[in-house]
Amino acid sequence: MDLQFQGGEASAEERGALDRLLATQAPRRDLVLPALHAVHDAVGWLSPAGIDEIGRRLDVAPAEVFGVATFYAMFSTTPRPRRVTYVCEDIACTGGAHLTLDPSTDAHAVLPSPCLGLCDHAPARLELDGGRYVGPMARTSTLRGDHLLANVGTTAYGDLVAYRAAGGYRALARSFEVGPAAVVQMVSDWGLVGRGGAAFPTGRKWAAVAAQPTFPHYVVCNADESEPGTFKDRVLLEDDPFAIIEAMTIAGFATGAAQGYLYLRGEYPLAAERLENAFRLARSAGLLGQDIEGSGFSFDIDLRVGAGAYICGEETAIFNSIEGYRGEPRNKPPFPVDAGLFAKPTVVNNVETLACIPHIVLGDARETKLYCLSGAVASPGVYEAPLTVTLRELIESAGGVREGSTLKAVLLGGAAGAFAGPDDLDVEMSFTALRDAGLSLGSGVVMVIDETVDLGAFLARIADFFVDESCGQCVPCRVGTVRQQEAVARLRSGGDALHELALLRDVGVAMRDASICGLGQTAYNAIESAITRIGMFTKGAR
Amino acid sequence: MSEVTLVDAPRRRIECTVDDRPVRVGEGDTILGACNREGIDTPTLCWGDTLTPKNACRVCVVEVEGSRALVPACSRKVEPGMVVRTDTPRVRHARKLVLELLGSSVDLSTTPRVDEWYDRYEADPTRFGEVARTVAQPAKVDNDLYVRDYAKCILCYKCVDACGDQWQGTFAIAVAGRGFASHISTEYDVPLPESACVYCGNCIEVCPTGALSFKVEFDKRADGTWAEDRQQVTDTICPYCGVGCTLSLTVQDNQIVRVGSPHDSSVTHGNLCIKGRFGWAHVAR
Ligand SMILES: Cc1cc2nc3c(=O)[nH]c(=O)nc-3n(C[C@H](O)[C@H](O)[C@H](O)COP(=O)(O)O)c2cc1C
Ligand code: SF4
Ligand code: SF4
Ligand code: SF4
Ligand code: FES
Ligand code: FES
Repeated sequence: MDLQFQGGEASAEERGALDRLLATQAPRRDLVLPALHAVHDAVGWLSPAGIDEIGRRLDVAPAEVFGVATFYAMFSTTPRPRRVTYVCEDIACTGGAHLTLDPSTDAHAVLPSPCLGLCDHAPARLELDGGRYVGPMARTSTLRGDHLLANVGTTAYGDLVAYRAAGGYRALARSFEVGPAAVVQMVSDWGLVGRGGAAFPTGRKWAAVAAQPTFPHYVVCNADESEPGTFKDRVLLEDDPFAIIEAMTIAGFATGAAQGYLYLRGEYPLAAERLENAFRLARSAGLLGQDIEGSGFSFDIDLRVGAGAYICGEETAIFNSIEGYRGEPRNKPPFPVDAGLFAKPTVVNNVETLACIPHIVLGDARETKLYCLSGAVASPGVYEAPLTVTLRELIESAGGVREGSTLKAVLLGGAAGAFAGPDDLDVEMSFTALRDAGLSLGSGVVMVIDETVDLGAFLARIADFFVDESCGQCVPCRVGTVRQQEAVARLRSGGDALHELALLRDVGVAMRDASICGLGQTAYNAIESAITRIGMFTKGAR
Repeated sequence: MSEVTLVDAPRRRIECTVDDRPVRVGEGDTILGACNREGIDTPTLCWGDTLTPKNACRVCVVEVEGSRALVPACSRKVEPGMVVRTDTPRVRHARKLVLELLGSSVDLSTTPRVDEWYDRYEADPTRFGEVARTVAQPAKVDNDLYVRDYAKCILCYKCVDACGDQWQGTFAIAVAGRGFASHISTEYDVPLPESACVYCGNCIEVCPTGALSFKVEFDKRADGTWAEDRQQVTDTICPYCGVGCTLSLTVQDNQIVRVGSPHDSSVTHGNLCIKGRFGWAHVAR
């Protein structure tokens, strides 16, 4: 291409960062995101000269690189120090209350952030230096479970021998014995449904990709985990990365893919470090790469790190983000199994979904779910339980409602979910029971709200979240989320309830019906359920 | 060498139902195509006859049996047996709201047909109140040839697609930012003369709202002398080079006020270069 660059001369640091990135790989469009990270980590921000240099090396126009860079909340296109502390301003940490930040200095920026996936450590902060994890080092929440969480809290994350001693890689060996078709059949027969929020049957997805005559096929592990109140995937990736690597390898074997991508949200630097290390160990043990364990099957995984965009967890936005474009969802059809990453047949699975795979292949019939308990419970954390558990039992297992508090509501499923009231506590926490009750399990969020929380402020924060996270592509969501935010603000300050509730409903229905993707389609859910289920804004419940 | 005559491969016909009427379309045709064939008028904004559908505005949505959400008519291909409804309460509600959301946030005063659609769908863009956030901003007048008035931009992506891989291949502009703050931008928001723009004006040609307009038009609208009833369009062949692009000249009071090219021209598909688009400034006055 005949591109034009005039942003100036890149600095030695900026050029050096790109030299290192491109030392081992050929320049390609899909390196835009890693290149933006490399330059940003090196100097703390993306200068015009840095953006030009990325465009020049990767043969992408600077306007496009700029468009991609400005899509992500963690990238700055104005000067900023390399050391950054993110302070969570989201619902589990603040209950929607206004956050006062420490002032930034020339050496250290302090920035507000949507949910950091550390709700079990509320109020959460995350400190980074040039993109590297600095803290908080102490992770003290409760992580309880003996099936999917069996390795959590052990040293298996950095020790392949320990992982294998605990039964790791037996499932991959078993897969090689029975062959790809049998693996797909086992997953189908077991009845696994996706844990990422949509509860789609995993076996059906795998069978569809396996049957595609077009190659290559891809496996994408969705580790963007950004639904406020969700942190289970982080725990799995930090403490049991080999399980996810093994599961992705099995997925690749079963569906005929030789390449996987693990797309990790930018706010999970500790998981990134541990994954990089685990990839290295698996490669040197011959468990990733050519001819794995003499099976003739070859598979490898690239880590792709996001940069602050909830929407990139949407199953087609994740493709655009990996490919180096703005993380905007694609219109469906075509579906990922037909034309996904690089327009090829692709399996996208959530981290927890994948974590179930080795157990299924080994014939284990136990079915559990990871629930993220946060808010006003005595011991926030990840709790593993069978899907027959009730909401009340889950709250009790987390030590019950915090001492001295009374339960006002429980947010299930996150910002895209719905509120359960005190009368709903005996509902079974399964996909179907919750759906029948007009609620949703979503990604497993169980956020307990007590009387200290101002529900109006809480809803306003949810409305803000959707405004901030809308990709902006389609009108119902881009403008609808703003109109929703405005109406909630007016309701809080005593606006005409009848008028505003009708407005919210009209906008909400249009967002649900006419938006391109699940973000806009669910942006009204929580607010609607607060109105209809717990009488918010209707009975003077404010 | 023998002569080979290329004919279009015959397309399979597909049957579907639109508003209870049986319709036959060619394989690969969109629902919009089926509606057009039946004379069902469908509002569109981000769809363009020379561009790949971006299906971003959602004003064309219809109901398709078996689909949970509504479906954009402009991009969705007809499938055999598909049952489409274009005027149900859900469709009318979604179209009305899309128009209200756009009309309350963007200046649609130069967007053709919007008032007609407001009437048809009983849309009231003022219902969100005076304080509703808008994209109001000063027009960018940074060169002598054309003006970018992004207060009128509905973010349809057409200019970006025309400038980029679909036609011009210059990539001078892209969407930057996110959500309501998304906007069309050059690299680091530099003024057009400092950007990669080559002034082909192909973005102006596809802009559906008048956000992009010839400087002459912008100035005339500003001083109140823009008068469509005194304008005529005549086609001529561009004299500048041997390609032979058809130019459609809009003339008002003996002055060329706009230059386009027919979108169905097999030479231009509506696209020109700086000479054809803007090289007439000195021609007629
Ligand atoms: C706005 C939005 C964000 C999403 N974020 C995630 C995410 O962070 N992680 C995830 O696994 N799925 C997420 N999903 C769901 C994915 O689109 C997809 O359904 C899922 O990754 C499929 O994996 P599964 O079948 O294993 O659940 C999101 C969906 C939407 C609409
Ligand atoms: S619904 Fe929202 S997030 Fe999804 S494509 Fe539309 S604007 Fe983007
Ligand atoms: S005038 Fe041509 S080059 Fe300039 S922005 Fe428009 S389409 Fe791109
Ligand atoms: S400037 Fe015009 S063509 Fe470009 S996005 Fe805006 S409305 Fe569409
Ligand atoms: S980390 Fe604060 S809400 Fe999740
Ligand atoms: S015209 Fe179909 S979505 Fe815009």
